[in-house]
Amino acid sequence: MHTNTAARISIKRVVGATVIAIAMTLTAPSVWAQAQKVLKFIPQADLRILDPITTTAYITRNHGYMIYDTLFATDAKFQVQPQMVDKYELSSDKLTYTFTLRDGLKFHDGQPVRSADCIASVERWAKRDALGQKMAEVTESWKAVNDKTFTLKLKRPFPLALEALAKPSSNVPFIMPERIAKTDASANITEPIGSGPFKFVKEEWVPGSKVVYVKNTDYVPRKEAPSWAAGGKVVKVDRVEWIYIPDSATAAAAINAGEVDWWEQMPPDLIPVLAKNKSIKVENIDPLGSMGLLRFNFMYPPFNNQKMRQAILYAIDQNDYVLGIAGDVKNGHPCYSYFTCGTPLASEVGAEPLKGKRDFEKAKQLIKESGYKGEKIVIISATDQPIVHSQSLLTAEMLRKLGLNVDLQAGDWGTLITRRTSKEPVDKGGWSIFHTWLVGPDVTSPAVNFALRGSGQKGWFGWPDDPKIEELRDAWFATTDAASSKKAADAVQMRAFEFVPYVPTAQFILPTAYRTNLSGVIIAPMTLMWNVEKK
Amino acid sequence: MTAYIVRRLFSTIVVMAVVAFVVFSLLYLTPGDPAAVIAGDIATDEDIRLIHARLGLDEPFLVQFGRWLWALLHGDLGTSIFTNLPVTQLIGQRIEPTVALTVCTLVVAIVVAIPLGVVAAAKAGTWLDRSVMAFSVLGFSVPVFVFAYVLILTFSVQLDWLPVQGYRNLRDGVWEWLRHLILPSIALGTVYVALIARMTRASMLDVLSQDYIRTAAAKGLAPGQVLIGHALKNAAIPIMTIIGMGIALLISGAIVTETVFALPGIGRLTVDAILRRDYPIIQGVILIFSAVYVLVNLLVDLSYVFFDPRIRY
Repeated sequence: MHTNTAARISIKRVVGATVIAIAMTLTAPSVWAQAQKVLKFIPQADLRILDPITTTAYITRNHGYMIYDTLFATDAKFQVQPQMVDKYELSSDKLTYTFTLRDGLKFHDGQPVRSADCIASVERWAKRDALGQKMAEVTESWKAVNDKTFTLKLKRPFPLALEALAKPSSNVPFIMPERIAKTDASANITEPIGSGPFKFVKEEWVPGSKVVYVKNTDYVPRKEAPSWAAGGKVVKVDRVEWIYIPDSATAAAAINAGEVDWWEQMPPDLIPVLAKNKSIKVENIDPLGSMGLLRFNFMYPPFNNQKMRQAILYAIDQNDYVLGIAGDVKNGHPCYSYFTCGTPLASEVGAEPLKGKRDFEKAKQLIKESGYKGEKIVIISATDQPIVHSQSLLTAEMLRKLGLNVDLQAGDWGTLITRRTSKEPVDKGGWSIFHTWLVGPDVTSPAVNFALRGSGQKGWFGWPDDPKIEELRDAWFATTDAASSKKAADAVQMRAFEFVPYVPTAQFILPTAYRTNLSGVIIAPMTLMWNVEKK
Repeated sequence: MTAYIVRRLFSTIVVMAVVAFVVFSLLYLTPGDPAAVIAGDIATDEDIRLIHARLGLDEPFLVQFGRWLWALLHGDLGTSIFTNLPVTQLIGQRIEPTVALTVCTLVVAIVVAIPLGVVAAAKAGTWLDRSVMAFSVLGFSVPVFVFAYVLILTFSVQLDWLPVQGYRNLRDGVWEWLRHLILPSIALGTVYVALIARMTRASMLDVLSQDYIRTAAAKGLAPGQVLIGHALKNAAIPIMTIIGMGIALLISGAIVTETVFALPGIGRLTVDAILRRDYPIIQGVILIFSAVYVLVNLLVDLSYVFFDPRIRY
């Protein structure tokens, strides 16, 4: 009897436990999901490299903003604001900055943020970033006074020191623990530990598919309202999932069906499709947009000749490129400046050849004067990058109209960025022209616009060599006030329209789309996820 | 039989060695440089040179191959150039969705295709046969991605029955797991259904014309018994062969399906690695694909013994 009762109880328990287990299996994830506020986001690209110092990839920069913090940050008015720094002062001889960190700063491993961490991080950044390298040239020393206070001693005044530390786009001087920041600047870090508003969940990272962040509950935000990367970084969700969907049609279907909350960038042809859905908001949250560019190879004919490059200025029509890249004039406009239109240094000084009615006769005359002998012009393009390929197609057509010998060679992006490193002539795998684009913050001044250099073999692909541009750039660095800075930048631009290191092709915006249950998306030239609320 | 299996396994090692050498050589010769991809758009020659040196990409071909082979012999497929994660870990993360997709597709295909092929053969020349063949032609003709988009639009966006994209692990719940596999399996399985159904029909027609089938029918056996018990078993060898060959078709089809449905499987891992020139991943995945393909062929060969006792190894 006792045995039978025990057996019945046991069977009941087993059956009960099985039912509960099945129920839990079937329902557990949804119950768990309801308990948390999870922001599901489709990023512009797949996050592959976690080190925002070794790569300039924008997806890695955005990842950096999730988990790291910065000493200073630039706000929407282009003003530098302290971020991790509580207070700072500059000595009367303008040679020594003293920085004091805010209270309560802590890394994700629980360790406090110390002066030594900040110094090591900035020193590593300065080995890779162009503006950082410029600052390193005038740096005498970085010294920790104590765990919360440190100094930067300069050899000579460098008015851009704080702008450099507040650099908003690649490479951003993010602060890491000293032991990580001591990593060789050409090797990737492997421990993604910062002191920023989100923590990276490495165990859930599936490269090519998913990146997971959780709210850093130890983070102490500033009191000010958020403005670009400055101000209070208040996190209003528990968890953020970056779900990489490589196929645009699938991504559009996913946001339409409510499976994801936010799609960072969509192809222009899908904008009208999403705009029809009342639960989705298609918006421009990037105030600066991006700048398309046409880069020449200065090593070989025909574009080692200034007149050939000037001829392109007279023939290129930015309106065509706006339509080609952005699909609609609402998503872009011509920008006849070497500096991002809408930023303080932008102007149309010297831009006459690029704006106004296109003058093919003048262009042909310049080509004739250049002594062009029918050399083959190889345009390398990438069909998997619509922004690059649409520009390449337009340029090929325009050059053919000018009677030039054009060969458009399209491959994938991986091939393009390898091939553009080639310094061989076109018949040995070299190239004459390639297109790319840069986000607005990377083109705002002579300090950050790396394509606007004349540093020859040490410079960016194409290797233009122009000591005069370098001289004018140095003169700009030496300016100390806004008026003289503007004047010096104008001089750089004047020279640029004469020498033509590259041709700006358009300023365009790739709108973002998010479900209307989201609010608080920050308007900024990079994607930031604090302040975003999900209802 | 055991000796045959051992011989085949040894030949597998030789095949793998050849594959390893060819894959490494091809990647070495293919245009593209992971250092340039890592350095990003804003890079200089010097940046790329430093990355080359750090990754050992500036070393001679034989040194690089020797180093990779030595690690491979120790069970180490290397580390991803981009993520710094071991290739085995990356493949481990991606294997479940691909295996799940392949198995579900195989189940869908076999369960649907073999009865369709048998019925088409039994009713040869009728509207039923013509319908099955028309469906097969359609299945072959419509690209996987087009069919996938139609399924997404209908069942996910319009009807809201099934998810658009993504994958859930089995541990997240059986129903969640299955829901995410239904559309991809149907999309990928359609071509496979068409292929197996046509082969089943052709093979069955051949067998049904044999004397022993007429004898079985004359003995008074039920038509179903004749079809399944006598004809299908004898028609099975070509069907098994096509199923085995179809594994390769599934692997290549899975790349498209995984991309459209954003399934984090091996197919997408491979495409992403190729686009970024992440050599260790490409080498690791191709080696594993080759091993799977060779082993599947071995299993198919061994299965012949079950269907035809006259076959001896």
